[in-house]
Amino acid sequence: MKLLIRNGRVIDPANGVDAVQDVLVQDGLIAQTGRHIERAAREGAEVLDATGKVVCPGLIDIHVHLREPGYEYKETVQTGTRAAAAGGFTAVCCMANTEPVNDTRAVTDYILAKARAEGAVRVYPIGAVTRGLGGKELAELAELAEAGCVAFSDDGKPVMNAELYRRAMEYTLPFGCPVISHAEDTTLSHGACMNEGVVSTALGLKGAPAAAEDTMVARDIQLAELTGAHVHIAHLSSAGAVRLVRDAKSRGVRVTAEATPHHLVLTDEAVRGYDPNTKMNPPLRTRQDVDALVGALADGTIDCVATDHAPHASSEKEGEYDRAAFGVIGLETAVSVLLDRLVRPGVIDLPTLIARMSSAPARLLNLPGGTLAAGAPADITIVDPDRELTIDPSAFRSRSRNTPFGGFEAVGAPVATIVGGRIMWRA
Amino acid sequence: MAWKRKDLLTIRELDPAEITLLIDTAASLREIGTREIKKVPTLRGKTIVNLFYEPSTRTRTSFEIAGKWLSADVVNFSASTSSIGKGETLLDTARNIEAMSPDVVVVRHSSSGAAELLARSLKCGVVNAGDGAHEHPTQALLDLLTIRERKGHLEGLHVAIVGDIAHSRVARSNIYGMRKLGMTVTVAGPPTLIPPHAQELGVKVSHRLEDAIRDVDVIMMLRLQQERMSAGLIPSLREYARYWGLTLDKLHASARSDVLIMHPGPVNRGIELSPEVADGPYSVILEQAANGVAVRMAVLFLLAGAMASQDGQAERGHGL
Amino acid sequence: MIKAQVLDDAALDRALTRISHEILEKNGGAANLAFVGLRTRGVTLAERLADRIAAIDGTKVPVGTLDITLYRDDLGLKEDQPMVRGTDIPFPVKGKTIVLVDDVLFTGRTIRAALDALIDLGRPKMIQLAILIDRGHRELPIRPDYVGKNLPTSRRESVAVRLREHDGEDRVVIEEPEEA
Repeated sequence: MKLLIRNGRVIDPANGVDAVQDVLVQDGLIAQTGRHIERAAREGAEVLDATGKVVCPGLIDIHVHLREPGYEYKETVQTGTRAAAAGGFTAVCCMANTEPVNDTRAVTDYILAKARAEGAVRVYPIGAVTRGLGGKELAELAELAEAGCVAFSDDGKPVMNAELYRRAMEYTLPFGCPVISHAEDTTLSHGACMNEGVVSTALGLKGAPAAAEDTMVARDIQLAELTGAHVHIAHLSSAGAVRLVRDAKSRGVRVTAEATPHHLVLTDEAVRGYDPNTKMNPPLRTRQDVDALVGALADGTIDCVATDHAPHASSEKEGEYDRAAFGVIGLETAVSVLLDRLVRPGVIDLPTLIARMSSAPARLLNLPGGTLAAGAPADITIVDPDRELTIDPSAFRSRSRNTPFGGFEAVGAPVATIVGGRIMWRA
Repeated sequence: MAWKRKDLLTIRELDPAEITLLIDTAASLREIGTREIKKVPTLRGKTIVNLFYEPSTRTRTSFEIAGKWLSADVVNFSASTSSIGKGETLLDTARNIEAMSPDVVVVRHSSSGAAELLARSLKCGVVNAGDGAHEHPTQALLDLLTIRERKGHLEGLHVAIVGDIAHSRVARSNIYGMRKLGMTVTVAGPPTLIPPHAQELGVKVSHRLEDAIRDVDVIMMLRLQQERMSAGLIPSLREYARYWGLTLDKLHASARSDVLIMHPGPVNRGIELSPEVADGPYSVILEQAANGVAVRMAVLFLLAGAMASQDGQAERGHGL
Repeated sequence: MIKAQVLDDAALDRALTRISHEILEKNGGAANLAFVGLRTRGVTLAERLADRIAAIDGTKVPVGTLDITLYRDDLGLKEDQPMVRGTDIPFPVKGKTIVLVDDVLFTGRTIRAALDALIDLGRPKMIQLAILIDRGHRELPIRPDYVGKNLPTSRRESVAVRLREHDGEDRVVIEEPEEA
């Protein structure tokens, strides 16, 4: 089985490629890329014309909540991976806060079995750090790693006990997979539903100061330095946290970080209409923070983009702001939002954005993919940089609709998603 | 100047002419309360629903009297008497009430933004009677009316708002209204009770009562909620009363002799206000309550008229 | 667009003098009388009548102001909501003979509202109605006791009473809207 993707602008950051080329896929792997693929090699291939489009390694989202098992009314492996495919992602890493929590091999096995049976893209589970996300005792981390967990995180609930978190870092060192920190000092942020600042004052909503994030990022950096472990900071959102990560990296600490499209594009001004689709944790922050994040994404202080796709039913996101659930979905809007708001104005160039969404996340979690090198899995995303669209939540593949980007107009969108050589989605 | 809005949700969104129209209308309507028969037929056949999720005798009663003096039918829903207590969500309750075709829903809720949420979901008019720590527009209007009556004007006056600014919807609505009408506002309290970035609302911030009340025309004392202590915001009521309670001594030592003392009520006598101040000659607290009914009549009258005129354009003819 | 002049200043003056005499005659003097003017020009006319009666009879008849906005039956039917400017009647109406004063009588709905508003304030002994211009087209069974001038009009015309205190001149004109 062959597939020839013709005449696209191939951007393959892992291999320093940015040129109009053809990509030949055979038996689920990249066979070759180049301007002139021999007739004999491409004989019998299905042809996909990519003229005017961008062909890049399949995008990888390392921070997704698939909600299965336990919260199938919000999302399932099936709907979540279909949303991923429709958003141009060929692989997702799913967080452990399911019901039951992914803190035992049985849950990991279940997720992987579901993904094999119904998944539209590759699924890599992330195991819990502590049993039941309780923050009290370690989950069976070695067995989780063996079952296929690619990282460990109590995402949504920071491990407030610093000693326990230190032990988790030490214990997982031999597995070669990082712990992922939801960095939040909950004693500083309890009861908050947005960023603390002039907007929270005007709206009369309890705010969490950026310091709640910064102090925890500082703690986790110190623990990474102490243990030698790789700590990955999830959804970095504050200028202070950017400074801390930048400084730690310059000292050689094994810390990496991600940022979400919503934190890269929106500020707490978006909360002014009390739309619960602007409520997430960490919260939308200020213009200063957004500028710092974008700068950090451009210079590599922030290693990758991750959506923190967090589906919730409409009943959980339509009521009083302070009572609504935290989180927004992002798989089906990330590419368009970032192309339109960061690449089109020239804040970030396209190859950099692609690197932050493909090769970088693959490298961070040692995942296959993120490259178009011959012999790599044929996970490929095709993007039309000129496609105009209005984001319409009612058309999402996700089971949920909780996006802050509904009605946004954007230029640029994914048009095809190829996983293991199979076209899993086309616009 | 005509009122065009379906809802009264915040002072922040009003322009100065709208605020003045509300106050002027309230001043004209106050006369009804002095009549032997306190009733005019203006809102005959209109239904007003008081939807109160927080206990509030004063504001609810004030809206109820206002509606009744205007001949509207007023229905009270409160947390203890309806399905609100049975886990029904705000939107569920609101949709059920809407099915009964009210003309105006007056809502009090502990969540900031609850009134805007209702206004987005309901076709009828919505009046915010206090949402969380966000706004309490009718309180600000009655405060402004009270000050204007006593001082003859508003522009150029200096008001000190003292106490728990951080959690006060009364403070927010008053700050917005006073700034729009050209008044100067100082907020004062211990730093833990001043909201972050308060200066950006256009106010001065003071951390000493004696400084805050010097040379101001009006001192508005806010109620201190007892739960602020357990939240670690103040050490004790005793200490708060000592440094932030307004006594006759402090008043005489620092304030002007024609200063007005206001309080949205209910007063914690002996904490934020000593009894001699609360009940003394500077206090206009009871006038505030009386003006509350007039302001709420004005709001109901203007909202009902604005809604009817959206329906009634086609019938507009030669008038009377 | 002004179509015709109905009264000039001298004619308006004579009409008010005549009404003053009629009021005195009908009520056997000015004792127990009170004027209630309807905002805005009715109040001015009531004050002029009171001045005239004081000059004729030596009695100062009290004048009150009635705002009928809260009693209108067309709340919201008009494009712009009327301003409430308040009622100010500085005497008890109970037992008084009240002369309601307005500039133009048209459908009668304003007077209907005024009667309701007045009666809500107390129980007058009698209510009479003084009008400067009666232009016809009644929609209610209401008839004035004193009329300055009866003026047949078409419905599309409007009658403008212009008074010195508000408009800088005393005269009454018929206006017709410009054709669109």
